[in-house]
Amino acid sequence: MKASQTQIGTFGLLLFFFLLVFFTNLSLGSISIPLEKIFKILFLENTDKESWNYIVLNYRLPKAFTAILVGSGLGASGLLMQTLFRNPLAGPFVLGISAGASLGVALLILGTSFLGAFLGEVSLTNWSLIGAASTGSFFVLFAVLIAIKRIKNTMSILIIGLMFGSISAAVINVLSYFSTAEKLQQFIFWSFGSLGNLNWTEVFVFGIVVSSCFLVLLKAIKPLNSLLLGENYAISMGVDIKKTRYLVLICTSLLTGVITAFSGPIAFVGLAVPHLSKLIFTTSNHRVLLPASALVGAMLLLLCDTIAQLPGSEYSLPINAITSIFGAPIVIWLLIRKKDSRSL
Amino acid sequence: MSTKKQIVLETKNLDIGYCTKKGLHCLAENLNITAQKKKLICLLGKNGIGKSTLLKTLSKTLHPLKGDVFVDAVNLKKASPQFLAKKMGLVFTEKIPEGQLTVFELVALGRQPYTNWLGKLSPLDLQKVNAALEQVHIISIRDKKYDELSDGQLQKVMIARALAQDTEIIVLDEPTAHLDIHHTIEVFKLLQKLVETTNKTIIISTHEINLALKLADEFWLLLENEFISGDLNELIAINAFEKLFPKKQILFDAASKQFHIQP
Repeated sequence: MKASQTQIGTFGLLLFFFLLVFFTNLSLGSISIPLEKIFKILFLENTDKESWNYIVLNYRLPKAFTAILVGSGLGASGLLMQTLFRNPLAGPFVLGISAGASLGVALLILGTSFLGAFLGEVSLTNWSLIGAASTGSFFVLFAVLIAIKRIKNTMSILIIGLMFGSISAAVINVLSYFSTAEKLQQFIFWSFGSLGNLNWTEVFVFGIVVSSCFLVLLKAIKPLNSLLLGENYAISMGVDIKKTRYLVLICTSLLTGVITAFSGPIAFVGLAVPHLSKLIFTTSNHRVLLPASALVGAMLLLLCDTIAQLPGSEYSLPINAITSIFGAPIVIWLLIRKKDSRSL
Repeated sequence: MSTKKQIVLETKNLDIGYCTKKGLHCLAENLNITAQKKKLICLLGKNGIGKSTLLKTLSKTLHPLKGDVFVDAVNLKKASPQFLAKKMGLVFTEKIPEGQLTVFELVALGRQPYTNWLGKLSPLDLQKVNAALEQVHIISIRDKKYDELSDGQLQKVMIARALAQDTEIIVLDEPTAHLDIHHTIEVFKLLQKLVETTNKTIIISTHEINLALKLADEFWLLLENEFISGDLNELIAINAFEKLFPKKQILFDAASKQFHIQP
């Protein structure tokens, strides 16, 4: 299955818009920096304003890269989950992985009030948050993997994932109930999601994890295409369903866990982006859709981030609010539209 | 010995059925079936007698309760999914999920057992896909999305996909279930022609009994307590068709070699 000429054209167009959004994102913010200066700074030429240099290289550029990693990772995970579960409402969050990550962070921030006695005061650095979120998401991932070991029906896996999500959310509720206002505020700020908190080392580590997941996921393209015809046909074409399921689940969970760890639980991108990509490319072929979802996801998150900064003002909105304000109408529109077209 | 070479599918003391919470539910016992090369074989039987279960067991979609199935003399218990994918193509009754693949892309999926890890089509794969489209006469709709097709067209596409898989055996479970009489005849004639031109063995289960009697080379009758197989004249000679349905409603007429509804 090859990408057709028109699809290659669409990719070109998307790439152009992606670059446009990327540079707009770099140039806009509380201080607006002209595009020509951005290019100069990127090519490490001297500009008259040292502060601009600093803002672009140490703040906006890592933030833009984070947005790209988060958006592409969530978009791709959403696509794979939707095909695997043959459910247009599946997304990277359905397995409860990011709820697990939230639980980890909640235990770190909120739980220290009871656990403080043994743990001592844990300082809230980026790495300790990342560590807590990763541990939480891996814990849920392993619980899900153990639970599904004996399950043949893919639909049941979806429900088990949702249940694990509910359990994590419930534990967070209990923790919140018993914690102080100050701690609660810290946790809520984390759950707003943030792209701008990472330094270059963190972005580098993040990038390595995300790209290695993508490399492994390339192997899932072929079996996922045959899964479009249903599991029975896929098996008859020699697909090892169990292996494919584990490959997809582990990779998407790793992506979701790491993304939540580095940037907080960012909603809706994983659900909305695959649908957008399918609308743009009108195909179900994963060889087209996987890169398309990654590109559209990266673009959407850069765009959301640009809006969230409220260009020209010194305030910025939580990224999670913006993605949802964008994402929810898209999902609603899709569901209404689905009435007249069967093609989702 | 020369006839033995022609056997592409064989079962030995096969029990078929399925597991329920209450235990094993056996539908048929001790089946010893052989299928020869270049035959159109029709599996006939009442609803619920186990036709689908038998076909699923032969294609390893279900496991046998007892006994063995051999495809090309290889026991299915030891056969890898990749091996079986190159030996047997399947067309199921169930509808495929909605999607946006084109007819060409769908038929090309049949090449998956042969393509590389990314599913890239080689010139040989392309040639086989185009040949399959041509054999089933669906070249004109190759760029349509399969969601836009009628049931008759879609069934032909699924047959083309199985053809592209390039297997010795194709198994179809009620391929004409959703089709009108015109398309039913078209599909049967197509299958008959494919057997002649490609030397494949095609096994189908069907309720289009009179049509099957006219076109099939061999019949497998799955009855309450026995399994009978043979060609039309052999089965007429032993009055096998009479056992298929209650005589009050439908009667087999040996002279016209057709079933007739009792007035």
